[in-house]
Amino acid sequence: MKVSVDMSKCQHYGQCCYEAEDVFRLDDDGKLIYLAEVDESRREAVESAVDVCPMQAISID
Amino acid sequence: MSVAIVGGGLGALRTAESLVAAGYAGEVTVISDENHLPYNRPPLSKEALKEGVSAEKLEFRRRAATDGVAWMLGDGVRSASFADRILTLDSGRELAFDGLAIATGIRPRRLNVPGPISGRHTLRTIDDAKMLREAMTVAKSVLIIGAGFIGCEVAATARQLGLSVTVVAIDQAPMVRPLGFQLANELQRRHESKGVKFHLGVGINAFLGEESAKGIQLSDGTEHYADVIVEAIGSIPNVDWLEGNGLDLSDGVIVDSSMAVVGITFPAVAVGDIAKYPHELFDEIPRRIEHWNLPTETGRRAGKTLAAWLAGDKPMAEIVNFIPTFWSDQYEYNIQSFGMPGLADTQRLSYGSLNGPCVVEYFRGDTLVGVVGIDSVPQLVPYRNLLMKRE
Ligand SMILES: Cc1cc2nc3c(=O)[nH]c(=O)nc-3n(C[C@H](O)[C@H](O)[C@H](O)COP(=O)(O)OP(=O)(O)OC[C@H]3O[C@@H](n4cnc5c(N)ncnc54)[C@H](O)[C@@H]3O)c2cc1C
Ligand code: SF4
Repeated sequence: MKVSVDMSKCQHYGQCCYEAEDVFRLDDDGKLIYLAEVDESRREAVESAVDVCPMQAISID
Repeated sequence: MSVAIVGGGLGALRTAESLVAAGYAGEVTVISDENHLPYNRPPLSKEALKEGVSAEKLEFRRRAATDGVAWMLGDGVRSASFADRILTLDSGRELAFDGLAIATGIRPRRLNVPGPISGRHTLRTIDDAKMLREAMTVAKSVLIIGAGFIGCEVAATARQLGLSVTVVAIDQAPMVRPLGFQLANELQRRHESKGVKFHLGVGINAFLGEESAKGIQLSDGTEHYADVIVEAIGSIPNVDWLEGNGLDLSDGVIVDSSMAVVGITFPAVAVGDIAKYPHELFDEIPRRIEHWNLPTETGRRAGKTLAAWLAGDKPMAEIVNFIPTFWSDQYEYNIQSFGMPGLADTQRLSYGSLNGPCVVEYFRGDTLVGVVGIDSVPQLVPYRNLLMKRE
């Protein structure tokens, strides 16, 4: 599945990282980095990340 | 089998999603007095107020699994009879249910002082935000009553829109209840450096004006006028429709750690801003906390509880391990908090300096109960786990 984060919305809160740490991570400067292509088996965790993003910046297909 | 979810906000949406995910296959009806599908409220005092309110942009993504949910919008629940398990709507319609989820949130509290009622804005819904934005775009000045989250955020947004801003509050410093004086005084300094004027530690005697409020008289006798007046003095839980069923509704709806309503014998849960329960990582005192992450946490749990209960197993309560989390954007500053800093008796600056990026730790006795950071998201990351691990 495809994951994308609207970087004009993302405030780098890192809430998504707690739900799917293999997909979303804050780098040493506190900027979000994420995988754009994620195995279908991780859908539940990624959906949870979408739910908890305060800026509602994450979309998936 | 049918479940009625009353209230159409974030808590209602998450409850519907988790109910379906837990294998419940009966009917689900969400009933809301608003005319919108669940949408995100935090932008209403921030980006949306600044840039324009679009219902479409604010609407939450809804999981495909909830396509079968029926949304009954624009018709509130007026009353409920637990004995008959029937809801009566504002339109007079009746709806029977087997399981109930209470997700009606809160509404803004109003000041009960003399003077006109009209001309006083509050901010909770898309419609409120549209009206406030419309008024602010043609105004030169705004007077904000209340220096909590919403008051401070509206103040920041109004300054960014170029209005002159006065904040009046009974508190001694902005957001002092969650932040404590150290950070609250600093927050005040930052607002003042952006041009906000504060009158703190004062009450309100009356609203001034003929038909519509044009100003206020403070308890110190001074009078203040502005083009726009906003009341942001806290909230009242929307429990009215539950009256007459023997519940304790003095401050929201009391639930156990599985979100099952205390005092109801049929399957019933409550979630989000209206739910009151002990946050067991901190103490055993039931509290109602209005933070955005909690409708999701409580909704996820409540859906599971309801599904199991309707299938015949009243679920076992698990410990409440949610960490209340809030953020607040004011000007270019980003304030984020984990835990319950409001419980603390001492504070300690642990990173940065108060007038720049910083992290403040909050202790009750020698136990860490919360942390607040300004522009310090990476430094805050370890704290969530620290708070989770508390005995
Ligand atoms: C302007 C604003 C800014 C915010 N900013 C932040 C922030 O930065 N950070 C943060 O952590 N939190 C913030 N919050 C708080 C957060 O938005 C709330 O905690 C969250 O919306 C609560 O969700 P809920 O589902 O419990 O209640 P709500 O979203 O209030 O949903 C309740 C719904 O029930 C409906 N309803 C009420 N009574 C009835 C009835 N009798 N019948 C049918 N329907 C009814 C209401 O109209 C409403 O649609 C903010 C809130 C506001 C208003
Ligand atoms: S939760 Fe949202 S805002 Fe926060 S880092 Fe993830 S995508 Fe960005």
